[in-house]
Formats: sequence, C-alpha cells, structure tokens
Amino acid sequence: MNAPLGALDRPNSYIGRSVSRPNAKRLLAGKGRYVTDLVLPRMVHAAFLRSPYAHARIVSVDAEAARTMPGVRLIATGGDLARICQPWTGTLDHFKGMKSAPQLPLPVGKATWAGQAVVAIVADTRAQAEDAAEAVMVEFEELPPVIDIDAAREPGADRVAEELGDNICFHAKLDTGGIDGLFATAAHVVEEEFLFGRHTAVTLEPRAILADYEASEERLTVHHATQTPFQFQDLYSRHFGIPEAQVRVVAPDIGGSFGMKLHVYHEDMAVVGLSILLGRPVKFVADRIESFVSDIHARDHRVRARMAIDAAGTIIGMDVDDVTAIGAFSTYPRTSAVEGNQVIRLMGAPYRFGNYRAELSVVFQNKVQTSQYRAVGHPIAAAVTERLVDMAAARAGLDPAVMRERNLIADDAYPCESPTGYRFEALSHQECLARLKAMMDYDGLRAEQAVLRAKGIHRGIGIASFVEISNPSPAFYGIGGARISAQDGAVVKVTPSGEVRCLISVTEQGQGTETIIGQIVADQLGVAREKVRVITGDTEVTPHGGATWACRGAGIGGETALRAARALKANVLKVAAAILQARTDELDLLDGWIVDAVGQQRLSLADVARIAYFRSDTLPPGTEAQLTVAHHFAPQGYPFAFTNGIQGCHVELDAETGFVKILKHWVVEDCGRIINPLLVDEQVRGGVVQGLGAAFFEECLYDAAGQLTNGSLADYLVPMACEMPDIEIDHVETPTLDTILGAKGCGEAGTAAASAAALNAVNDAMTPFGATIAQIPMTPARLLRALGRI
Amino acid sequence: MTITASVTLTINGEDVTREIEPRETLADFLRRDMQLTGTHTGCEMGVCGACLVLVDGKATHGCLVFAVQAEGSTVETIEGLSERGIIGDIQAAFHERNALQCGFCTPGMLVTAHSMLAPPGVPTREEIRDALSGNYCRCTGYEAIVDAIEAVARQRAGEEVAA
Repeated sequence: MNAPLGALDRPNSYIGRSVSRPNAKRLLAGKGRYVTDLVLPRMVHAAFLRSPYAHARIVSVDAEAARTMPGVRLIATGGDLARICQPWTGTLDHFKGMKSAPQLPLPVGKATWAGQAVVAIVADTRAQAEDAAEAVMVEFEELPPVIDIDAAREPGADRVAEELGDNICFHAKLDTGGIDGLFATAAHVVEEEFLFGRHTAVTLEPRAILADYEASEERLTVHHATQTPFQFQDLYSRHFGIPEAQVRVVAPDIGGSFGMKLHVYHEDMAVVGLSILLGRPVKFVADRIESFVSDIHARDHRVRARMAIDAAGTIIGMDVDDVTAIGAFSTYPRTSAVEGNQVIRLMGAPYRFGNYRAELSVVFQNKVQTSQYRAVGHPIAAAVTERLVDMAAARAGLDPAVMRERNLIADDAYPCESPTGYRFEALSHQECLARLKAMMDYDGLRAEQAVLRAKGIHRGIGIASFVEISNPSPAFYGIGGARISAQDGAVVKVTPSGEVRCLISVTEQGQGTETIIGQIVADQLGVAREKVRVITGDTEVTPHGGATWACRGAGIGGETALRAARALKANVLKVAAAILQARTDELDLLDGWIVDAVGQQRLSLADVARIAYFRSDTLPPGTEAQLTVAHHFAPQGYPFAFTNGIQGCHVELDAETGFVKILKHWVVEDCGRIINPLLVDEQVRGGVVQGLGAAFFEECLYDAAGQLTNGSLADYLVPMACEMPDIEIDHVETPTLDTILGAKGCGEAGTAAASAAALNAVNDAMTPFGATIAQIPMTPARLLRALGRI
Repeated sequence: MTITASVTLTINGEDVTREIEPRETLADFLRRDMQLTGTHTGCEMGVCGACLVLVDGKATHGCLVFAVQAEGSTVETIEGLSERGIIGDIQAAFHERNALQCGFCTPGMLVTAHSMLAPPGVPTREEIRDALSGNYCRCTGYEAIVDAIEAVARQRAGEEVAA
C-alpha cells in the first residue's frame, strides 16, 4: 500500500498503483457530510402517512385535526402535489410495447402497494411531523391485491392499473430458430426451474433529500443522496417546470448507493413539491422501515431453463423462460424491464454456442417497484447458466472445471457475438479459469472433498464464469428516449499557484472515484498526486455527465479525465514554450516542472501559472494562456465494454441443521486496465459479499395480502463479518482498445457470479444425498427441505 | 409531546446541560442538539452498529438509549476519540488498507475496533470477525476491516514487546 516509487519508476506514474484515498481520512474522523447531516436555516421536516394495504382505494383524507398540531406547517395530498408536478411514466422507446401507468408524487385515487406514501406532513421537527401523521385520517377501501405472477397473467385477473388492460409491463422474445428440433435430438438435455428472491440494497445511509426552493429567484437547490445529480437536475426542471439552469443538485458524501439511489422516488418528488409549496427548505430522511417499503427491490425472477449438449459434452443450445414481477409501476426513468432484458441477453454469455431461445415476461403486482440494483440481471443469468453447466457436466460425466474448459469461448476467438446479440471485443475466460484453478488449488480441494465425504463432512466446490456489462454507450438509455447521459465531462485547470483542480461529472459513493480521477490527472499531466484536487457531485460546479452507474467511473470518467489532462498539458507546454523560447515538442511536464529534452528542469508549473495569471504582459503577443480545459468524452465503438471473470466458492454443509459455512471464496476478474488495485480488490470483495447475501440470507418476504413481513434490519438478514470468508482476488488485464486508458468496470463483477458459485457449491455438497436446490436465498429451512429432512 | 426534561452529561470531555424531550434518543441528541454528526443512524433498532458511541467507556448503541438515560454519564463519540488521538493508529490502518468505502458505518466500526483492541493480545481473524458482527458494512466485504484491525493488534503487541 502506498508503495514508494522505485528508482525505475517515472515520477507521477500513478495509473495501476495502489494508493489510499485522500478523502477517506475525513470519513475516518467522523467528518463525513451526508445529506442526513445537513441543516439549513428555516428547514422543516417531512414525514409520510403510508398505505397499510397493498391495494386500496383512497376514499377520503381528513387532515383537519392534524393541521392544528404543534409545529405542523403543511399537509399535502396527491391532488395538492399533482397541481405542480407533471406525472412520469417509466417506459423506454426501444422496449417495444412496454407500458406502465403514469406516476405522481403521491397517489390520487388509489394506493398500489403496502407502504406507498399517501399523505405528506411537514412540521418543524420530524417527530412533530410523525405525531401529526398519526392524526391524519385516511379512509381506505381495500381492493384485491395482485401478488402471484401466474395469477396476475390469467385472463380476467384483477389489475394493478385498470387503464392498462392487463398486468403485463413488457414482453420480449429472442429466437435463433430451430430450438425445439435441436432439443429433441440432443444427446443430453438438462432443465431446472429457478427461483430468485426479491432483495434490496440496504445502503447503510437510507435515502435522504433536502430541497430548497427560492421563489424570488425561481431557484431550486436540492441536496440529494444520489449517484446521478445531473439526471435529477433534468427531472426536477422538467417535472416542476423550473428552468434547468435554475436547478442545482448537490450530491455530497453518500452512504452507499449500489444503483438504488439513481431512481425517481415518490417521496423525493414530493419533497421538492413541498418545498415549492412552502418556500422553505424541506428535508426527508427515510427511516429503515420506510427504506424497506419504498426503496427499489431487485431480482424476483422465476426462470425455467434448459440446456442441450452433445455426446461429447459440448453445449449446443439454451432455452429460457423468465417471468419477473416488478411491483406496481415500472421505475422512472430507467424502467423495471432492464433487469429482465439483461437476464435473457446475458444467459450463456461465457460459452460458445449459437442456438438460443428466450421469453421474458415482466409483470405488474401490488408490491414496491423493482429496478436496477448492482449487477442488474447478472446474478440471475449467471446462476441459471452455471447451474445448468454443472448439471450438464454431471450428465456428460465431466468434472465441472473440465466442462468449462471445453465450452468457454476461447481467448483467441474475439471479437465475437453472442446468440443474444451482444458483441464482445476481447474477453479472457480461459485464462481466468486457469488462474482460478491454480489459485484455489481446485484439484487439491476435490481430493480433500473425497476424503472428507468418507468421514461424513460435506464440502462443496462451486465455480461460475460471468460476463459483466460496463460503460454503456448512448445505444442504451439515449436511444430509448431517456435523458440519461452516456458521456461525461471534466474541467481541469491549473491554479495561480500551479496546483490542479479537476471538476468532473462522475460521482463518489466511496468506491474511490475521486482518488482514481486524481491518479489519472496527475499521471497524465505530470504532477504529484497531492497537487490535484478532484471535485464531484454538484451540477453547478462540474460539466454535465452521466455520473457513476453501470461501472462508468473508471472507464468513461477516467477516459474523460485522461483526455482533459492531456489537453491541459498541451496548453501548459505552449505557454512554457513561449516563455522559454523553445519548441513545445522539446518540452515535457514532469513532477510539476517543465523539463527539456534531456530532462533538465527549466521552469516550474507554478511559475508558468504565475506568469499566465499575473504577468501576461511578459508573454509574446498572441500567446494563448489557456490553463483551464473543458473536455467531454462519450464512448464510441462497442455499445458496451464487456468484462469477464470467474468465481470459486468453497462451502461446508451441515446436513443436520441446513447451515452452510462459507469457507473461502475466490475471484479472478478482468476489468481491463486497473487504475488502483487496492480499490478494485475491495470493491470486488464488497460485490461478492452482496452476492453471497443474496445466495444465503437476503429476501424481502411478503404474505398473500402483499404485506412485507420482514422489513427491518433485525428480520431481513444482511451478511455480517462473522459469516463472510476471506476472499482472494486475482486479475487478468485485457484493456479495451476503444479508449486510450483501456479501463472497464469492476463494480458489478463480485455480485454478478457470487451467488452462482455458491449455488453450485451447495449443490455439489449435497450430491451424496441425491438432493438439489435451485432457489436463492438457500436458507437452512430450504436446504433441509431439499435434503428431505423436513 | 412538549414536556421536556433536563439532562446533564459529559460529552467528549465537555460538561453539557440541555432541556430535551424525553423521547429523544442519545443518537438523535448527539446528532441534532450537539451537532456531532459522526454518530450515524442506520437502523434505529440496535442492529447495524452505525450509532455506536462510548458511554462510560462501554460501546453502546446510541439509538437504543434515550438521552435522558445518559444523565450523569460520560459519552465519547467518534469526534472525541479522533481529537483525543487515541484511535489514531486504527484510523491510519483503516486508511492504509482502504477499510472503508462510503464511510457511513466507519465511526461505529472504529468504536468497536477501539473496544476490541483495549485488552492486550492479538485476536485471531475469527475473533475479529465475531466482534464485528454487530457492525454492518455494505461496501467493503469486511476483509479490509479485519486486516486493518489485525494489523493494529500486531503493531500494538509488537510495540509492547519492544518496550
């Protein structure tokens, strides 16, 4: 860590170096400034009365008694906010036939999930607002809830939204042709029905927003715990009719996000509206119970899938049916169909076969919305594919690792295209598998497993390859009509003292965005890292950009910073050349000094800046001293920068209790050029832990009436330190040639295949019992049922 | 709910007296009344550990204690521990090892680490993981946190031996 520069290292060579995060010291001192912490003059607090029913008509709202309670400033219903906020609809144009009902901050007419905010109460303190909420009388008339995914699709089923005609949000099919014939004549066919529970992000800081509308200037400032401030600037502007330039969104320190904090939430839109109605700053911080019933959930898929192989164990085709339930609305603006779309398109992605058929049904029901959460769709595609590969290996009499060696796309076969339409530039599945086997001592573990089985100890080994989508181009949201930028922008400038500031549109949620941008700028410009200050998360300060999601920070944000820094360096050298009466191609910038061709220090960057800012009279006439550069970069070439990797999981199953101990987990992943291994490794580990959470613990449980029954952190299990293993990480680096930097994403990798590897490991452990499981989370009760013990 | 009660306690070495609502938790009191926002609330039911502070030297969930219950107590928060310099080596190890991402769980983690490392000896990784089981971290994967605490334990033990 913070390894000193070796004698052979060029000064300022920071790309690829493990350095710690400058901004982490502040967080370690308890001086983080989260939206949760912020206080503004005259600030008031919002609380919400929520629907106790999954589906109910709102007959009447009586807020008279509540209005007179201490501290109460405003009570607003759906109708009050509908007058100032344009409704939104969560569809994308390129998802043909997709539909969803329009949404408002608070519902008018009926509530469509248990926990939906129905009435907003604003008071001087949150406690007063909650007191008053208890005095608001809402008469609900219960309607039959739509819960079950099969019943929801029956003709004549009760509907979540009457006006939509049925409960189908989106339906898609992929078919390369001839699938029925292929499966009928295949040497072996394996099939399974998989169930993936709903789970949710559980960011440790819940959602938080502080909106401040100033009517005299028609200005809206929103401090918002979000990944995507520019997206919200655009949305607040358009839905509340405020000029975009008058809307400022600030995302300060964010206590975890994982994709959950980039969606439009009803309470957030309500808070902006409440601030407009009151002309005062209004704050809302979800408590944990509110988070469970109003943050997006994710997954909730039932996948019926089969795989055909020939007699030699070669995969020849897959046939997949995915039904996913998404709650009462499709989320805005990214929709709730992206996960299913990615499930059916990532299916089988690491493997070499050409025959594929898939059907996707995205179904409305009376639960909270599902949408994009870390590794969107990946864990489902990986678990289905990898479990079928293991089942096929068993049928063909092959070891799972050998089965993969035979079927993974060869490392020299790129570029190539998947049967689902994804184009891969260059991946490294074979190399990753070879590294994984060596790292985990695969053969040794198999030998140990055999010995221990004889002693009644049941260990399982699971491996799972994966492909990760990163760096989406405008070919995704842009084409779909969503105003979600695929480009990012940076302003890099030399200060009058010769230091450097980089204002960039990618955002920081703790993964180290600011650190890697600082490394890249310092490296490319030729200054010490300590001289570069990186500023993010404020629409009034940085250029417009997509910000941080889908692993864009390094690949797109990093490339933006690189190109901006190179442009600034060229400008610095032009000024230096004018001062030194030299040619720019004879000069370089190294460690904060202008050096000549033999490396002699000629002039400090601080002197260049001093002359440019204060003594431009001494420069030759016509010298352009442009020491501030703005640069935008949008990915071109491949529509996505796909990454890949493989994971291994080693578990021990107690067949008497159904408890599983995760002994060790391994990841080999290829995210292209690595900027900071220290940060990449821990981000991959964090991703693995979220994937293992889904595999063993995390599930939002609902009863038949659509009530969430485990919506607290005591009931909903997230992985704890004592349950998690040490996780060993290794890397293969296959840089993308679409950019100079060559970086791809790494944030989803851990989550993408951890649950798949765990599923295979547990099934492997159960082999002696002739038992299998195809549902996650693999709880002790489910495992005991699979084992026939209960 | 307008009835208030007086509470007097010591916070980070300072004597404090305030009129507060009896229903206010210690965590909310520290965050709102004292502006000590380093103490975080993640679950408000004593599960996640983000609100851990020292009450009379003992790691305590600020969300499970009413502020009025802390009458006469000595409370120390992340701000106090930082300024006193007593956890400097733990903070340095966390920084070096990148044992934090978003930082929201970190003050609670540091309080647990401080308590765990108070007795002499080097805990095993399993013991560290066990001691951390009341602190949820959603970002890191825990391993770096375990590494950092282990490194401090070894360092402190080494220094004691050397002395």
